[in-house]
Amino acid sequence: MTNQLFKPETTEDLQDIVNEAREQSRPLLIQGGGTKTGWGHTPMAGDRVETKKFAGIDLYEPAELVLTAKSGTPISDIEELLADHAQHLAFEPPDFRGLYGTVRSSQTLGGIVACNLSGSRRIQAGAARDHLLGFEAVSGRGELFKSGGRVVKNVTGFDLSKLMAGSFGTLAVMTSLSVKVMPAPEKTRTLLILGLDETQAVRAMTTALQSPHEVNAAAYLAATQGRRSSVSYVSGAGQAITALRIQGPGPSVSARLEELYRLLSDAGDIEELHAHNSKILWQEIGNVAPLLPNRTAAIWRMSLPPTSSPAVAARLKTLEGAEIYLDWGGGLVWFAVPDCGDADAKFVRACLEECGGHATLMRSTEEAKACVPVFQPQSTEIAALTMSLKSNFDPAGILNPGRMG
Amino acid sequence: MKMPAPDKQILSRRRQIVGDLEAIIASAGGSGLTAGSVISDPISLKAYECDGLSAYRQLPMVVVLPNSTHQVSDILRYCHEHQVKVVARGSGTSLSGGALPLEDAVMIGLGKFNKIIEIDYGNRCVVTQPGVSNLAISEAVAEKEFYYAPDPSSQIVCSIGGNVAENSGGVHCLKYGLTTNNVLGAEVVLMNGDVMRLGGKHLDPGGYDLLGVLTGSEGLLGVITEVTVRILRRPVIARAVLLGFSELEAAGDCVGAIIGAGIIPGGMEMMDKPAIHATEEFVQAGYPLDAEALLIVELDGPQVEVDHLIDRVEEIARGLGADYMRISENEKERELFWAGRKNAFPAVGRLSPDYYCMDGTIPRSRLPEVISRMKELSKEFGLEVANVFHAGDGNLHPLILYNANTPGELEKAENLGAEILKLCVEVGGVLTGEHGVGVEKRDLMGTMFTETDLNHQQRVKCSFDPHSLLNPGKVFPTLHRCAELGRVHVHGGETRFPDIPRF
Repeated sequence: MTNQLFKPETTEDLQDIVNEAREQSRPLLIQGGGTKTGWGHTPMAGDRVETKKFAGIDLYEPAELVLTAKSGTPISDIEELLADHAQHLAFEPPDFRGLYGTVRSSQTLGGIVACNLSGSRRIQAGAARDHLLGFEAVSGRGELFKSGGRVVKNVTGFDLSKLMAGSFGTLAVMTSLSVKVMPAPEKTRTLLILGLDETQAVRAMTTALQSPHEVNAAAYLAATQGRRSSVSYVSGAGQAITALRIQGPGPSVSARLEELYRLLSDAGDIEELHAHNSKILWQEIGNVAPLLPNRTAAIWRMSLPPTSSPAVAARLKTLEGAEIYLDWGGGLVWFAVPDCGDADAKFVRACLEECGGHATLMRSTEEAKACVPVFQPQSTEIAALTMSLKSNFDPAGILNPGRMG
Repeated sequence: MKMPAPDKQILSRRRQIVGDLEAIIASAGGSGLTAGSVISDPISLKAYECDGLSAYRQLPMVVVLPNSTHQVSDILRYCHEHQVKVVARGSGTSLSGGALPLEDAVMIGLGKFNKIIEIDYGNRCVVTQPGVSNLAISEAVAEKEFYYAPDPSSQIVCSIGGNVAENSGGVHCLKYGLTTNNVLGAEVVLMNGDVMRLGGKHLDPGGYDLLGVLTGSEGLLGVITEVTVRILRRPVIARAVLLGFSELEAAGDCVGAIIGAGIIPGGMEMMDKPAIHATEEFVQAGYPLDAEALLIVELDGPQVEVDHLIDRVEEIARGLGADYMRISENEKERELFWAGRKNAFPAVGRLSPDYYCMDGTIPRSRLPEVISRMKELSKEFGLEVANVFHAGDGNLHPLILYNANTPGELEKAENLGAEILKLCVEVGGVLTGEHGVGVEKRDLMGTMFTETDLNHQQRVKCSFDPHSLLNPGKVFPTLHRCAELGRVHVHGGETRFPDIPRF
């Protein structure tokens, strides 16, 4: 049987598709805009289900800080509408289309939540998981169900929103989502400290993040990665940059900037980026742009305790051709290495053994994905629970089977 | 309130079970900590008969007080093997009966888990045992001007483990989130005795977000034996504004206008006239007695920002007809502004022999409608209602005044409470914003969720605890057997959707 492409328009259509697939045990590959299908293992071949026709913003109440939209709504539509009301998605979803070579398609709200994306503001505002208030979905049982609601403060029943965020469409197909939205900051400034190494940079970022000056993003680019920025202050610096972002009402940003200058005056030479350049730089950092020119490299994303990153980075750099940059004040290491079959998986994961954390192989050859677990291997107990949840929500194992390993 | 029928076979084996638990504690412990760790005499058990929802009481079969993860694991494995139910208890401050004992269940008290394990300023987190109080964490990191953000009003006693179980909130949720947004990791013992570590000092553990599901699961999924929370630097300053309005609608509009102007206050509280009067009499905070609604708006952050935003809030409030306005000029005054709100429960307690605190959340724009319908309900039931309200996030706390000694009045108060919660759901809100479902709102779950919705929640329960031994009788109105929930409905395999476009 040849594989089909379904574009359901109603939840009933979707239920029928899932039910038929379940009865025939045929896998369904669930996707929104299909921009991040390169993330995770390649699922078993099967029919594709696109959620693109579940499109449209059904409710937006700026003063209530809530937006409800169908899962296939392009994220750009949502961001535009929010910007018209001086609001935004505070978790700053990055755009991974460059990473996966899918720039012609659009990221959808459902896809962003299903992958639990977050940008540099993760350290202050949380990830997609923290902003999903409620959802409606069709589980692998073919049943339409909902959880949560449209209010911020809600502890009624189990929080299945958390389970949906980051489940990569393996438990249920979301059809509608309610998310928390926040006021967009009035003013943005970024401080650049020039010429630090990883150890000095993490020390400076930690100092800034421990201060009361509300730094909401902190990243480090070595000179090689900085040179690739389209922000001339960064590319022209010719040395590593440590970037600290502060946002808020005008007078507050000015005052905090001054304080930060004072606090970090010993750390190194300091430059300042204004709103436009700040925006570009932080987009580049979120979107993995500093590593993309290296087209054939395997790319890893590692979440770890921030203060452990200098030691981990030092070990990673012993690999030939390694490139690294840091986000989340050191808590996120982006790492590129020439892809030599297994993307150095054993070595990469061994680097985290002592400090804890997890490493995800974000991009690699199919060959590497076939022999390496893309997601961090789990303990026996967690793996057993994971399998049990999967079989409770999707007993026939038809939703994106194999995507998460 | 109907609880699961006690298992007579288990009750008949009570002595055996107590003896076995003593043996487990003795074999694991040593060091003199074992004495008194298993409680079985009725007088001592009395201390555990209820939690913060004191209308419901039940002596547990036996209480055990382990002091290590190892002991918790042994106890749970034993109970799992012998099919004995278990209820975990932190400090027992749940307002929804989450820690209500069962006659045939072992209660595990986590009070001995009272140590902070590690303070890590570099990674801005604290690793702690679950019995440590919420406030103790903030106190432990106060020397470096840090704190733990969620602050339920019971924070001086409530335990951090209980906070995770209940996904506790507080008055700062709009800006700083609930417990779930502030927990990084946990060690959990499953009903079968397996020990699991979720997350750690890093963000977003890969795989399914089990920590996220565990948070707020009300003790139905596992027993928490260690928690890692993130800590924040304390804001440089906090200032509060008191705003009095002659109409509730105007106060509601003001809340919307402040948020609409892009301002997220650290806290934003509203009280209605009965609550203003009750609290003013109690603490003399200087609240305006002629106001129909009072707002407390607190801004926190850098000094310049707070001063700047206070001016803007003032301007917004004036534009919306606030006829009373006072800005705190120092810390003492700010605390005084809060004193009334924070003492709202005891203050209302003086007006009436008993009160019943509700906890629904509504879309804030529906507030005027909800308040006026609540007034009608109050008249209909013949019981007074005072309202305190986390206005920023729409979380209502109607306090229903009643006298438990008047026959039938408790029932009347509960019925009125149920009507209020149904009203919250009807306008697009939810049954509980921070107190949890527990036994209290269990039978109302059907007003918010369909059978299918609830079955999907229960399937999570089935994965963690397939025999439903952990805290049964809470959260879900009917506990289906997992085997029954596991079945899938077969439609016969015919294609019933020939019209769907295929490509």
